[in-house]
Amino acid sequence: MANSGHSSRLELRPAQREPWWLRWLLILAAVAALTLLVLLPLITVFAEALRRGWEVYLAALVQPDALSALRLTLLVAAITVPVNVVVGMAAAWCVTRFTFPGKSLLITLIDLPFAVSPVVAGLVYVLIFGARGWFGPWLMEHDLRVIFAPAGIILATIFITFPFVARELIPIMQQQGSDAELAALTLGASGWRMFWKVTLPNVKWGLFYGVVLCNARAMGEFGAVSVVSGHLRGLTNTLPLQVEILYNEYQFAASFAVASLLALLALVTLVAKSILEARVDSQDS
Amino acid sequence: MGKAQRLQRRILPGFGLSLGVTLFALSAIVLLPLSAAVLKSAGLGWEGFWHAVTTPRSLAAFRVSLTTAFWAAVIDVVAGLLIAWVLVRYRFPGRRFFDAIVDLPFALPTAVAGIALTALYSKNGWLGHTLYGWGIQSAFSPLGITIALTFVGLPFVVRSVQPVLAEMEPELEEAAATLGASRLQTVVHVIFPEVTPALITGFTMAFARALGEYGSVVFISGNMPMKTEILPLLIITQLEQFQYAQATALGTAMLGISFVFLLIINQLQRWHLARRGAL
Repeated sequence: MANSGHSSRLELRPAQREPWWLRWLLILAAVAALTLLVLLPLITVFAEALRRGWEVYLAALVQPDALSALRLTLLVAAITVPVNVVVGMAAAWCVTRFTFPGKSLLITLIDLPFAVSPVVAGLVYVLIFGARGWFGPWLMEHDLRVIFAPAGIILATIFITFPFVARELIPIMQQQGSDAELAALTLGASGWRMFWKVTLPNVKWGLFYGVVLCNARAMGEFGAVSVVSGHLRGLTNTLPLQVEILYNEYQFAASFAVASLLALLALVTLVAKSILEARVDSQDS
Repeated sequence: MGKAQRLQRRILPGFGLSLGVTLFALSAIVLLPLSAAVLKSAGLGWEGFWHAVTTPRSLAAFRVSLTTAFWAAVIDVVAGLLIAWVLVRYRFPGRRFFDAIVDLPFALPTAVAGIALTALYSKNGWLGHTLYGWGIQSAFSPLGITIALTFVGLPFVVRSVQPVLAEMEPELEEAAATLGASRLQTVVHVIFPEVTPALITGFTMAFARALGEYGSVVFISGNMPMKTEILPLLIITQLEQFQYAQATALGTAMLGISFVFLLIINQLQRWHLARRGAL
């Protein structure tokens, strides 16, 4: 994902050039495809949200249900992202700095949540913590809830975002090698001092990049969260679930208003992503 | 290399701690829950499992999911190759903007994409209006599902083809031209084989993602059993009706499919890394 060919200077040799008319035809076709497939849906979100005017838009955003959905979404991200940073860092450290049997299996397993359908991710938590699940009766006895409660939403979100940070860090740390760290140790630094002073500064842009992607997914996850949440208004609705509920109640303007918040988040993510990509590239070289 | 790394293992600290944290989190969050699903469906027995997976409604959902995901991935390959080519090879106003929005489907929450696409392609929508005028039902049909899945999968193809095109040696094309190939021949016989592995990888990733996709599809599909009901939706419906055994069996079948895809994608990436390394 990190490579998007940012070289702005381009020197094509004569043998690599197409005639000008073909060049512009292809450019037009590509721009049309991107506009149709990607840009129009984005514009639709804002157009539909503002269709009934600013007042309706703002009123939809300050509804108590929308606000509590926003709070829950922020809470989920506030827990998911730090967990991912710690685990991602640990995973990248052991995978790139040591050799041990089963290492490539471990890397594959870290990527596993990417391949699993979000709905299946939610399903497995229902099977464990649901009323008829493994721990269901025990949880009921102790009056604890995981499914249809924020805890389940957070667990499912951590599952879905599990690979994000590790995935960005592993290639960067692999490429950088451990010379700088070994030098720090040789000069007498303790393990933690080496980590804070050498390892972390060297990977910080890649780490931010992973955090940005992880955060976007944590705030926007729908399928997995939808299975475990139970859609209890004001209690277990995240912003994406609030979008669904409003939409199914035919409150389209309100639904798109809430959706526009998430679309703004996506736009901020894209901007942060392209800035960070440039930094990661320059730190690598 | 091996020896040096074994030495490092003693010098660099934190092996036990980092591996411990990783294995604990991986087991608690990912592996244990997944094995719960597998064990639960093992409890059904082979016959029970097979029965749940082959009901007419399940089979119809398999068919809808597989065909729409396949066609979406095919469209992604065509559009993705074109977009990657133009972004790498040409300079035009707005190129950086269009390059950045390729990632929008990764960043936009799927539910948002779902309602936006539905608004766009339903009868009164900007595009739906025209399509319905031509007699094409674009929302609440398999076509609508395919449109949503195309949106979701596009960045996978563009982002796997782009670096290959960017790093391709200009000498390859010059050599072809010097040897008398026309531009078309060069594109077909020299450039296309170079990007094929990346295209296959992108196709597989888009297809795998599309099979499991839920949020962007559920609004536009209309959710008619046997016609426009995708697998993830069928699982949710069965959960809501407390048919846990059915849902578990289907979930496990999907897990099996995703695991196979994960292995294929890993293998493909190794293959085309090796190819790029060899150049």
